Amino acid sequence: MVSAATTGDTAVVFIEIGLILFVLGLLARLSDRIGLSPIPAYLIVGLAFGSGGFIGPTLSTEFLDVAGEIGVVLLLFTLGLEYTPKELSKGLRTNAVTGLIDLVVNAAPGVLLALFLGWSIPTAVLLGGVTYISSSGVVAKVLRDLKRLGNRETPVILSVLVIEDLVMALYLPIVAVMIAGSDLRSGALAVVIALAIAGLLLLIAVRFGHRISRVMNTRSDESLLLGVVGLTLVIAGIAQELDVSAAVGAFLVGISISGPVQERASSLIEPLRDLFAAIFFVLFAFRIDPGSMPPVLLPALALATVGIASKVLTGWWAGRRHGFATRARIRAGTALIARGEFSIVIAGLAVGTTIDQRLLPLTATYVLLLAVAGPVLTRFADSFANAISSDR
Amino acid sequence: MADIQETHLPGIGIRFDFPTSDGTRVGVLVHKTGRRELLVYRQDDPDECAISIELESDEARTLAEMLGASRIIEQLDNLRQEVEGLSIDWITIDESAEWANRTLGEAAVHTRTGVSIVAIITANGSIAAPGANELLQPGTKVVAVGSDEGIETLTAHLRVN
Repeated sequence: MVSAATTGDTAVVFIEIGLILFVLGLLARLSDRIGLSPIPAYLIVGLAFGSGGFIGPTLSTEFLDVAGEIGVVLLLFTLGLEYTPKELSKGLRTNAVTGLIDLVVNAAPGVLLALFLGWSIPTAVLLGGVTYISSSGVVAKVLRDLKRLGNRETPVILSVLVIEDLVMALYLPIVAVMIAGSDLRSGALAVVIALAIAGLLLLIAVRFGHRISRVMNTRSDESLLLGVVGLTLVIAGIAQELDVSAAVGAFLVGISISGPVQERASSLIEPLRDLFAAIFFVLFAFRIDPGSMPPVLLPALALATVGIASKVLTGWWAGRRHGFATRARIRAGTALIARGEFSIVIAGLAVGTTIDQRLLPLTATYVLLLAVAGPVLTRFADSFANAISSDR
Repeated sequence: MADIQETHLPGIGIRFDFPTSDGTRVGVLVHKTGRRELLVYRQDDPDECAISIELESDEARTLAEMLGASRIIEQLDNLRQEVEGLSIDWITIDESAEWANRTLGEAAVHTRTGVSIVAIITANGSIAAPGANELLQPGTKVVAVGSDEGIETLTAHLRVN
């Protein structure tokens, strides 16, 4: 039985969600037109609609909360789907040093700033993750848009992204345990257990991935879609229950699926991911009071400036190692600048925990700056390179 | 055969490229989705693509056929030169040629030119090692083996001009 009141509520919810999605659609189109990622636009919509924003919230967010979480799971799933186990192990073997430099140079500014501001160690680890990880979605799109897929630096850029993803698989369980906030000794034990479970799942994914893929392979698109999403959510749920974080579970399911199913699964699930991930980004910004952003603007600007320099440095170093000329090194470095979805996923872990909530506006500002600056700067990479060379 | 370099692009596909003799690198990027991208690198900056053209699968096939066709002709050219002093040629018989509509025996091809007709190619298939009773029908093609001069003489009898 549907009462009049519920019908009325449903109508309001439909209209609200519908309006938000419609506006997101328009902004995504605009972003695409000017060659930018839609993520900054999503964040701005969230800030405008959210608590303390220009437009008052009447939305019950319970449904949206779950939808946003599914968005994170699908983001990580499609990330894992993108790479085969072979590509991951090869990337790690051939570019481990570059990956390590990328990690140290780019995580350090976040960690140091958090400690400088007197924030807790777990907050510092989260902020380090935020500044470390490039947005593989934005980077891949930019390389495609600028027709750089054939360039010599592109395999190097991609292998840096591959290693960042592997680091995520180890980083997320550690962070999940740290946020749970146990004392040092039982915390260390929990980290070890979480890493062991993540490692075990990774091993299963790499070893038995082709079998899982074969079992999932059906001719019906419908069955494949439901089966893959179902499996992903189940593993994500179990991983969450084991304190390894749902995202890692989803990522590992993505890795284990390879071969002919991979291509079909990604074309089926990507639209679904785009929908839920958009809800996640809006919801993340929804919780941020725009009034809390001016106080963190200065640290965010400083962090973004360092974040540009540190990625350019990473690309420069990686390019030099492969014997590239200045232009290719600058292109590699600037291509990596963009931060996006994963920085927000990491900061999103802090929502509603004991972590300093100033992390959220700081991350939002940081991502807003770099998701725009990255694609723009790399477009002019060759001009920078020419300027540098002519100076000498 | 050019020395092809193969590079795996995680998440995207495989790139093949090789340097041409004029110093330009050309390559093909095979996307996981099956899409092809034709790449031409800059001569002044070999790290960067000057041109990248996306090709749908039928377009890629068309381009490959265009490139492959000229290659077959090239190979046939080479074949003709292969045995010194011996030529192979394909001659289409003209309507009003001197020997048109005669049998091989009547024309006494071998005696007069020293050339052997090893096959006759018609619209319905080919006749290998044709006998003296086979007709030199206009519009069909003969495959002749012999000396250069012999083939020239034969051509003069099978074609007008």
